[in-house]
Order: sequence, then C-alpha cells, then structure tokens
Amino acid sequence: MTFAVDGLEKAFKGFKAVDGVSFSVAAGELVALIGPNGAGKTTTFNMANGQLVADRGRVLLDGRDVTGLPPRELWRLGVGRTFQITQTFTSMTVAENIRVALLSRDRAFGVLATTAGRYDDEISGLLSEVGMVAAGAQQCGALSYGDLKRVELAMALANAPRLLLMDEPTAGMAPRERAQLMELVTRTAQERNTAVLFTEHDMTVVFGHARRILVMSRGKIVAEGAPEEIRTNRLVREVYLGQTAPAVR
Amino acid sequence: MISSFLIQTLNGLASASLLFLVALGLTLIFGVTRIVNFAHGSLTMLGAYLGVTLYASLGGGVLGFWGGALLAALCVALVGVLIELVVLRRIYAAPELLQLIATFGIVLIVKDAVLYLWGPEDLLGPRAPGLRGAVLLLGKPFPTYDLLLIVLGPVFLVLVWLLLTRTEFGTKVRAATEDRDMAAALGVNQALLFTSVFALGSFLAGLGGALALPREPANLSMDLSIIADVFVVTVVGGLGSIPGAYVAAVIICVVKAWCIGLGDVAFFGTTFSFSKLTLVAEFLVMAVVLIVRPWGLFGSEPASTQASTAPALAVAPPARSLLIAVMAVAAVLVLFPLMGDRYSLVLMTDVVIFALFAASLGLLMGAGGMASFGHAAYFGAGAYAAAIAAKAGLPFVAALACGLVFAGLLALLFGWFAVRLSGVSLAMLTLAFAQIAWAVAFQWDDITGGSNGIVGVWPPAALEAKAAYYLVALLVAGAGIAFAWRIVHAPFGYLLRAARDSRVRAEAVGIHTRRVQWVAFAMSGALAGLAGTLFVFSKGSLSPDTLGIPRSVDALVMVLLGGVETLTGPVVGAVLFTLLQDWISRATTYWHAVLGVSVVALTILFPQGVVGTIRQRFAHRQVRG
Ligand SMILES: Nc1ncnc2c1ncn2[C@@H]1O[C@H](COP(=O)(O)OP(=O)(O)OP(=O)(O)O)[C@@H](O)[C@H]1O
Ligand SMILES: [Mg+2]
Repeated sequence: MTFAVDGLEKAFKGFKAVDGVSFSVAAGELVALIGPNGAGKTTTFNMANGQLVADRGRVLLDGRDVTGLPPRELWRLGVGRTFQITQTFTSMTVAENIRVALLSRDRAFGVLATTAGRYDDEISGLLSEVGMVAAGAQQCGALSYGDLKRVELAMALANAPRLLLMDEPTAGMAPRERAQLMELVTRTAQERNTAVLFTEHDMTVVFGHARRILVMSRGKIVAEGAPEEIRTNRLVREVYLGQTAPAVR
Repeated sequence: MISSFLIQTLNGLASASLLFLVALGLTLIFGVTRIVNFAHGSLTMLGAYLGVTLYASLGGGVLGFWGGALLAALCVALVGVLIELVVLRRIYAAPELLQLIATFGIVLIVKDAVLYLWGPEDLLGPRAPGLRGAVLLLGKPFPTYDLLLIVLGPVFLVLVWLLLTRTEFGTKVRAATEDRDMAAALGVNQALLFTSVFALGSFLAGLGGALALPREPANLSMDLSIIADVFVVTVVGGLGSIPGAYVAAVIICVVKAWCIGLGDVAFFGTTFSFSKLTLVAEFLVMAVVLIVRPWGLFGSEPASTQASTAPALAVAPPARSLLIAVMAVAAVLVLFPLMGDRYSLVLMTDVVIFALFAASLGLLMGAGGMASFGHAAYFGAGAYAAAIAAKAGLPFVAALACGLVFAGLLALLFGWFAVRLSGVSLAMLTLAFAQIAWAVAFQWDDITGGSNGIVGVWPPAALEAKAAYYLVALLVAGAGIAFAWRIVHAPFGYLLRAARDSRVRAEAVGIHTRRVQWVAFAMSGALAGLAGTLFVFSKGSLSPDTLGIPRSVDALVMVLLGGVETLTGPVVGAVLFTLLQDWISRATTYWHAVLGVSVVALTILFPQGVVGTIRQRFAHRQVRG
C-alpha cells in the first residue's frame, strides 16, 4: 500500500504543531520520521490514523482520499498503529488483548458465543512473532514498558496491516531487544509488503533500519533522504544541536 | 398573546435566577473540590424550612423576611462547613463515584432530620413584605417580587465574578480550580480554602431555598427535584462553568414557562396540552444541546477521557468451582419455599428481583465502566410498561416481554446521549434523565395514574401463591443474571471491556466503542426493566416511587457494597442490602437516616470500595509480611 500525506496542518490554540507536512511511504518501505521533542511527529501520526482531524491537508491510501475517516475505519483498510504512550487493555491478559483485536477483525460481536480457546493458535503465532509467547497468560497491567510495546505490535499485526505506524516502537527496551524488534519489523515489511512509518529517538535504530529518513522540526519536514545523506546533512545537525534535548543518544 | 408570552418569559427568568443561585453554589464547590455535592439540593431544602421558622421567630415583617433569609443561609453555610469537616474532608482522594454516593448519604440524613424537625406537611412560606403586589405589564399583572428575582440572578453573577477576579480569596479559588497542585505549591492553605468555598456554596444554596419561599412552599421532595434541576443546568451549561450555569438556567426555565403559558392548543382538531409537556420540553432542550455539544454549552471534554469509573480489574474466565457453588446456591433457592413462611417468601422474592436489578447495573458499571445514577428509570419503565400491558389484557408472559422491550428502548434513547460522556457528567446526565422519567410517570395521569400509580396488577391465578411467584421470579431473574454474566465473557463483553480499558486502543483495532457501549447500555436497561416487571407483579401495584432517585441510589449502593469487579459482587450486595433494609426498617421509621449514616461511614472507612479497600490492605500486608 502506498501511504501519502499532503499538506497536513494542525494547530492547538493557535500554535502550529504540524505545518504543511507532505511525504509518502511506498509498500514494503521502512521510513523513519525523526526530530527533536515536540517537533510534531506524534501529531502527524494522529492525523495519519484518523485520531485527530487535520485542519488542512489530505491523507491518501493507494491514492484514495481517506482524510477524516476515524481510526476504526482506517484499521479495516489496513492501517495498524502502536502508540508512544502504550495503550493496551490493562485488565486483560496479553493473549486476551490479541484476542480482542482478532474478534474485532472478524466482526465477532456475539453476546452469547463463547470465547474460550478461540484463536489460540493464531494468538500464539502472533505472540511468538514478537517474542512474547511465554507471556500470554500475564496481566497487561503488570508488564514492562518494552513488553507492552511488543503487545501493541502483535495487536497491530493481527489484522495483517498494509501500513504500520509505530510511534517510538523500541522505547524502554535494551539495545539487543531493539535490534531484534526492528529486524522483525523489517522482515514483516518485506514479507507482507507492508509500508512502515516509525518515529524513534534512538539513532542506531534509525540509521540501522530505515530505508529513508524524514527530519521534522517545528512542525515542518526540514530534510528527507537516505540515511547516508541525512547523516551528513548540516541542517539536520543544526536542528538537533540547537535543541536542549539529547536527541542523538 | 404577546403580553402573555412576555409574562411567561419573565416568569421563566425569575425561576432561572433562583435555580442559578443554587447551581452557582454547586459549581463553585465543584470547581475547587472536584466534588459534585449530591446534597446541595438538601441544603436548599434546609434553607427553605429554616426560612419559614426564622421568619416567624424574628416576628415577620421586613426583618423577618430578609433577615430570616440571610440567617437561614448562614445556618445552612454552617451545616455545609460541618459536612465538609466531618465527611468530605476524608474522601477528597476517593474515586468520584464514591464521593457522589457519600454525599447522597447526606441527602438521606438531611431528609430524615427535616422530617423529624418539621414533620411531613408542606410549610407555606412568607410573602416578601412590600413586594406582595403586582405591576401591570402590557395590561397583565406580574408579581413585583418576581421582578426582583429576575434582577437577582445577574446581580449574583456579577458579584461572584467580582469576588473571583478582584479579591485575594477569588484568586485562590481560581488558582485551585485551574490547578489544585499548583495552588498548593504556591502556598494556598487548601483545607481552609475548601472549607470556605463549601461554606460559600452552601450559603448560596440556603439563600436560594429561602428566597424561593414566596413562590413555593417548603416541602420534603424539594431536595431531589432541585438537585435534578441543578444537574440538568450543570450538564447543559457545562460542568464547572458559571456563565454556562446562568445561560442554561435561563434557557430551561424560559422554555418550561412557555410550555405552561401555551396551555392547551388545538392542532388540526386535536387539543394538545403544552403545560403537560414541560418535562418533555426540558428533555428536548437538553437533548439538542448535548447533540451539538456533548460536554455542555460552555464545557469542554475533560483532559482524561478514559472511562475510569470502574477500577480496571481482571475478569477471570469462569472456573469449575464457581459453577459448582452457583449450582449449590441455586438448589437452596429452589428448595426455599419448603422452609420459608409467607413473609420470608415475599422478602426472598424481593431479594431475587433486586439481585437482577443490581446485576444489570453491575454489568454497565463493571464491564462497561459507565456508572448510571438513574438506573431506576429502566426498572420503573419496565414496571409501568408491564402493568399497562397487563391492564390492557395481555397475558403475563407478554407483559413481561413488554416491560423488557420498553425499558430497553428507553435505555436506547437515553443511552445515546449517556455514552458520549463519562465520569460525573455521565452520572449527572443519567440522573437527570431518570428524574424526567419519574416526573412523566408522576404527571401523566391518563396513562400512569399519576401519583396514585396503578393498582391491581396481579400475576395469573396459577402464580398467585407466594411460593409459585417466588419460583417464577427466581427462574426469570436467574436467567437474566446468567445472561448478563454470559455477555461479559462473550465476544461482545471483550469488546466492551476493551472500550472501557482504553478507548484509543479499542478504536485503533477497529472497535466502534460508542456503539458497543450504547448496545451495552440498552441491554443493561432491558435487564433492569425485566426486574421491574417482576417487581410490579409481586407487589400488585406501583407508584412513581418505583423509578425515583432513591431507588437508583439503592442500586448503586448494592453494586458498590458488593464490588463491581465481578457480577457476583452486585448480586451479593443486593442480597445484603435488601435483607438489611428489611431488618432496619422494621426497627425504626428513620430507615433512610440509618442507611445514610451507613453509606457515609462505608465510604469513609472504605474509600476504595469495600472489595477494593480490602484488596489494598491485603496487598499491603503481603508486601510487609
Ligand atoms: N492535544 C494537544 N493540545 C495542545 N498541544 C498539543 C497537543 N498535542 C500536542 N501538542 C503540542 O504540539 C507539539 C507537537 O507535539 P507532538 O507530540 O506531535 O511532538 P513529538 O514530535 O511527537 O514529540 P516527542 O518526541 O516528545 O514525542 C508540542 O509542542 C506539543 O506540546
Ligand atoms: Mg511523540
């Protein structure tokens, strides 16, 4: 699926958090959206998956204008999302979290049907993909941050997404785990021909896995290119060094 | 026509001023303490009764009226301080629903105290000296006192605005309203501030009550009718907004006054009684505003929209041991007629009916995370529909079905609005809806029998024996509870709990959370209605009390008593509550006060709910040990 945004704008009480952002991600391509804290990355994601309504601009999936569709409808069109601040069903176990996604996928809304044992194989398949197979019976409220990120990814994969939006997918993980998770994502992108857009503050992850990098600052895309180009881009260095946040860790 | 229209408009404005005065107090208190004081209407009622007494003891006249009103308001302020110091201070950190319940406990205590001190009769209040006459407006007389009231509302709006913007006290209040922690960090003495704001808010409530005397006698049902009106105003104006409260009070009171003014109007040959439609008009105004602005005219969505009313606790999949326990209990219940006498059979019938009622609310609050403060509306709707169907000659089973369906439809209507809100706003809205339903039942003589209700609704001859009806109630209620329990564990239940835990995540995996919650609301209402149908056939009659606010709160107490984590909780809570109520009400006529004190004590002792607090203690001990 080709994913594109065109001229996205969003202001909060007069403050332009996103100011005319356009880019596209091709099927099977891994693109990183980087930038200092408060650059507008999450806001861009929120408009891309329909959680926020853009003030201006369009969101396109395979050329189709999907601007303004709510997240649940975009999900049915193949958009999966993970959140910077993890969002899981904390009263449920890891397996049940995945089960909810699968029930929703199959539009299973029954009030009398049973759920016991339903999707067990599929759930363990998804959990083993993200390296959580042993944690199926654990309560989501008791998981570490890194594990929650994995659960979120497994939920996103449950619907075989054609576009994956991941907001800081490896935050809270050890370096080894980060590499493993990104390898999984890379593999998924290739095998399933999924378009992947992710934000990340860890530059090893960004430069190690992204095919293309978009640099965002103060609501605008200020640079775009292959990792090698971005690494040597003067403007990018300024954007990061001009900030107090330790962006390059 | 124009002149009567004008008169009604002015009439509405006068009512609006009084209502605003009371709502203003509630809003100020809410802004600073974040507590919605259910007992605010009770303070108004207290102000009215005190106003009557003080007028007499001050020897009437100008001093008696105005001095009496002022003194009454001051006394109410003192009562407010007492309430704040004794009760609220201990529960500022408790979940908001528990706070609401605690203040409802105060409602019950105040009501019985007023009953004890002043007796059950309405007390006619004094007329304002010097303002008893009327002025002619466009040739029609209009009470002078009402003209004064019209001015009073805006005057208080300005006074409070000056107080908030021009004084140091006001600055502190605003700081605490904006950001409590910040205010504390800036050295604002929180305890003192909270108490003084509570005193001010109570003063306004008391004043509103005393000043309403020339228009309305002091009576024992003021507390709930006023708090329901104030909730409507607060929901329509936007929770926490002072101008919103005024605008909403004006809109609602004026529309109501117009309806009364229109009276009977002939439309295409049929007469249409608008004066009986005031409640419907109130509902329509509320509905229109909430469709356009779910959080009220001047309100905005609270920062955390998470439906955090229920603690997100795990629902364990059904275990075999539970099934065995349920079977055992069921066996005992089925065999009960062999051992129980007539009295205990009737009591046990109540127990199973209220178990279903509590389970229906438990489903909504637990799995749904939505606390309905007006669940008796559906219970009562079911009861009325079944009674009317039975009176029309429908057989018993068909009448049951009518009750179930009608309650479900009503819940579908109210629920559409309710699922757009959360937390206390949701609580206030559901309560306001229920109050409207109550008033419709109370006023619509032709259909509901008005205050007399409907009598002679008995089950068919085969079920006339108490034991037989008990068994039928047990069967139907048991099926209802089993169905509620099934829902929680079915795919739908998963989606419902998902929507409760994280709306954002649920939407991101394709769940239409509002719709799921809406359907849950309707199903919960239908089950409550089923309980209501069983109730009416067991009593043989029903009155508007069946859907009054107290019954809604009974259900809440049952649910919180048992805990919302599982459906067993509400059922156990219902059993305990019904048996206790029976036991205490045989011992004293002041059963409400006893219940009120127990509710307050429970919330102070168990600020996280009985089960939650015990769990917490247990966890602490484990950590220490
Ligand atoms: N709901 C909101 N209301 C007001 N301001 C907001 C809101 N959401 C974001 N902002 C502001 O918009 C700007 C962009 O925020 P955003 O979360 O998109 O940044 P980000 O690039 O994701 O940063 P980070 O790397 O810290 O996650 C910030 O200044 C933020 O304070
Ligand atoms: Mg972000």
